Amino acid sequence: MKRLALRMLAASTLFLTVAGTASAHRAWLLPSSFTLSGDEQWVTVDAAISNDLFFPNHHGMDTAAITVTAPDGSSVAIENAANGEIRSMLDFKATQQGTYRIATGGGEPFYFASWEENGERKRWRGSLADMRKEGIDKKADVQVSQSSRSVETFVTLGAPSTDVFAPKGKGLEFQPVTHPNDVFTGEPVSFKLLLDGKPASGIEVEILPGNDRYRDTPSVIKAKSDANGVFTFTPELPGPYWFTAGTEGDTVVDGMPMKVRSSYTATFEALPL
Amino acid sequence: MRAILTLAGLAVLSAPALADTMEVGVDIPRLNVAEYHRPYLAAWIANADNSVAANLAVWYQQGRGAEGEGETWLKDLRQWWRRAGRDLNMPIDGVSGPTQAPGSHTISFDADTAALEPGDYVLTVEAVREVGGREMVQIPFTWPAKGAAPATVSGETELGAITLTFVDDK
Repeated sequence: MKRLALRMLAASTLFLTVAGTASAHRAWLLPSSFTLSGDEQWVTVDAAISNDLFFPNHHGMDTAAITVTAPDGSSVAIENAANGEIRSMLDFKATQQGTYRIATGGGEPFYFASWEENGERKRWRGSLADMRKEGIDKKADVQVSQSSRSVETFVTLGAPSTDVFAPKGKGLEFQPVTHPNDVFTGEPVSFKLLLDGKPASGIEVEILPGNDRYRDTPSVIKAKSDANGVFTFTPELPGPYWFTAGTEGDTVVDGMPMKVRSSYTATFEALPL
Repeated sequence: MRAILTLAGLAVLSAPALADTMEVGVDIPRLNVAEYHRPYLAAWIANADNSVAANLAVWYQQGRGAEGEGETWLKDLRQWWRRAGRDLNMPIDGVSGPTQAPGSHTISFDADTAALEPGDYVLTVEAVREVGGREMVQIPFTWPAKGAAPATVSGETELGAITLTFVDDK
């Protein structure tokens, strides 16, 4: 086991490269409106993985992996889901007052495995159960890592509420200090990150305003979470924003030591004053 | 038009010694545009910390129209929606009203009824128009304002002159 752990460390560079390639494209969920009024409203959501925010140019997201949660925590029926080549979409009807969560990837983590076979580097990705079933974990000198990724956005009908932010205690999660549907330009915004249910301190966060293709500079805002897991920034441009944060550590799953990576990404909107 | 205030979340306190009325003059400009809709408009008195001391008026389409439920667009009065609207059950007696045509309008506000405490406030008027623009005009004032001269601030696009007059009704 110790030998494996050492090899895991040696392999981390490789996995970083893999993760780095994946994160060059940005996954996002973009609702038609972040703030709504009235008794009930339809919301349509674009779901894509692209370079530019928020312009589809790479891959549509699989809508089967997307869930919508109502302010009271119940699951909301998704209508008109369609998986497009470079952009997917879905609709849902907001009938409760409060904040809805649209999320993907918040469930079970997936596993990466990498090993050498006949002088060839093999890579595998799947669930823990499949890894066992396919005997991937028994491959000679296999290197395994666990990864979880959450992509979310929030929409509020009426006054913002906070029940949908109840943490699950797994991976990197988001907690509002400033409510994500209450962000205005020129005002400081504070968001909180949890890792496995505890404040995630020292996490580097990148915050990007949308419409980067109309700017010469991407205007990335960098922030770092403090001891309470809180990071603070002030949006100057009105419009939709995207932020992402990631962590990496070590864990042991079923007696297998491995790298564990978790990322959290969300879309929100800054309204002009 | 005399709008007597019903306040959300403000305790009724004993009436202050000064019994004054405020009159808010609102000019809605006539605009030469291909497609004109009367603006949604909210007028309120903000506390120094931006919380709402009193809602004076919210003019919007209260029923269902060709564009659906009128309340759908209340969030476009984005400061009012943030500061007050989203926490209120619409309509509000004495505050909700229909949209108004271009011209001069007056909203009278009985500060006694609202139990406005002495202090610094900001009169805020926000207007937003379907397929048009949005504008917000603010006039800071101190209450009580016995003998204070009328104050006027003019909007530039969606609002004309906004006037705040203090009427000593003693």
